[in-house]
Amino acid sequence: MATRVLEIENPKDGEITEAVYEHPFIVRACHWVNAVALFVMVGSGLQIFRAFPSFGAKIPQKDLINWPKSLAIGGWLGGALQWHLTFMWIYIASGLIYIGYQLFSGNYKQVLFVPRDVAGVWPMVRHYFFLGPKPPAKEAYNSLQKHAYTSAIVLGVLSVLTGIAIWKPVQFSWLAWLMGGFHYARLWHFIVMWAMLAFVFGHLVMVVLHGWNNFVSMLTGWKKDPEYRAE
Amino acid sequence: MDSKIDKKRFKRVSRRELIKLTPVIALGAFAIPKLQAPLLKAGLGFSDWASSLMFRGGHLAPTFAASAVTPFEKFPINDYDVDDPEVDLEHWSLSIGGAVQKAGNYSLAQVQMLPKYTQNTRHVCVEGWDVIGNFSGARLSDFLKTIGADVTSRFITVECADGYYESLDMATALHPQTLLCYEMYGQPLTREHGAPLRLTIPTKVGYKQAKYLTELKITNVLEKVGYWEDQGYSHYYGL
Repeated sequence: MATRVLEIENPKDGEITEAVYEHPFIVRACHWVNAVALFVMVGSGLQIFRAFPSFGAKIPQKDLINWPKSLAIGGWLGGALQWHLTFMWIYIASGLIYIGYQLFSGNYKQVLFVPRDVAGVWPMVRHYFFLGPKPPAKEAYNSLQKHAYTSAIVLGVLSVLTGIAIWKPVQFSWLAWLMGGFHYARLWHFIVMWAMLAFVFGHLVMVVLHGWNNFVSMLTGWKKDPEYRAE
Repeated sequence: MDSKIDKKRFKRVSRRELIKLTPVIALGAFAIPKLQAPLLKAGLGFSDWASSLMFRGGHLAPTFAASAVTPFEKFPINDYDVDDPEVDLEHWSLSIGGAVQKAGNYSLAQVQMLPKYTQNTRHVCVEGWDVIGNFSGARLSDFLKTIGADVTSRFITVECADGYYESLDMATALHPQTLLCYEMYGQPLTREHGAPLRLTIPTKVGYKQAKYLTELKITNVLEKVGYWEDQGYSHYYGL
């Protein structure tokens, strides 16, 4: 897929700025819908967890943490389940549309971490920890970014699969079995959530560090003055 | 391949792309107090409808070896009011009504005359905990035959001695693992576990599995769904 590039001319001084169309509409729409859905899923999920904050037996019950109600959505178990069982459909739909679009449009090449990206990860990590020079950018995402985004997509799929195993441990008993049964599926669901939150944290830090033009690109699709030369 | 554009036109192009995203703001409707409850109700209703499509009458819930069964004293007792509603076990009977040919009062002995099934199945609570229990009883489907129930009706409703009430979709009622349970762990039900008769439904979450049954009706219309459902829990909650 050829990348759309524009040269923006300032009529006053004739200065030229480049802009690249990085994020197609479907990707942007899914990104923001998914961001809202993920927020609700985590918030309501933590309220659900408050009803039985343990991964052990019910008798005797040993609580893992007492998660504060103020950092949860739904107010009580029934309310939280309403949010969770409503937004899971929005979460799944945005994920399926996103993955489907990426595959059919070929746009997946922009984000998918593939074996040849492996070599680029370490230099990028060194750079972020002030241990090395910035590797030259050739495309929209560097190897480490691709790794992060691909991991997030995998975590998204896992969050749905572990969720289905908890929600439907009988109809999808094979899925629950793969995770070690209902009991362990619940633990996996919890772990996947924290992994996803770790991604979101890193993602937000990077958004702040990379500035306004980068942030705007997820709204308008266009990134002004990219670090790389589009081909 | 590059094309030139002036600053103003680029702003217009960008703005148009931004405006395309405005439908996402529709999600904000969930933050409007007046719309929130009906939207969540619709969402839960959709989820329940999808759940009922996923239900397969011939698909059995996993069963477990005796060694995997949770010890009886570690099987939680959950109630919404009292552990023991002081059912008079001597004079107990189950009142049957609604779309049935043989309405009336049925004794425990009449339920126990039906073939007895024993199963080690997982009991999943909406709170998130789970235990594996040993349950024995008659198939609800066999009992429905006995009373001449119209199984084309949509629902079964039950009333309980402690004031609890529940309803069950017919497809689940006819599932072979749905039992009118009178024994747990090889012993008659204790009072805390719902003596003398309770529902065991391994394809449903715990709150659907009512204890201390006193009344059972076959109906097409639900005036009330269930004690917890009427406070906002899922109506269907199939596992």
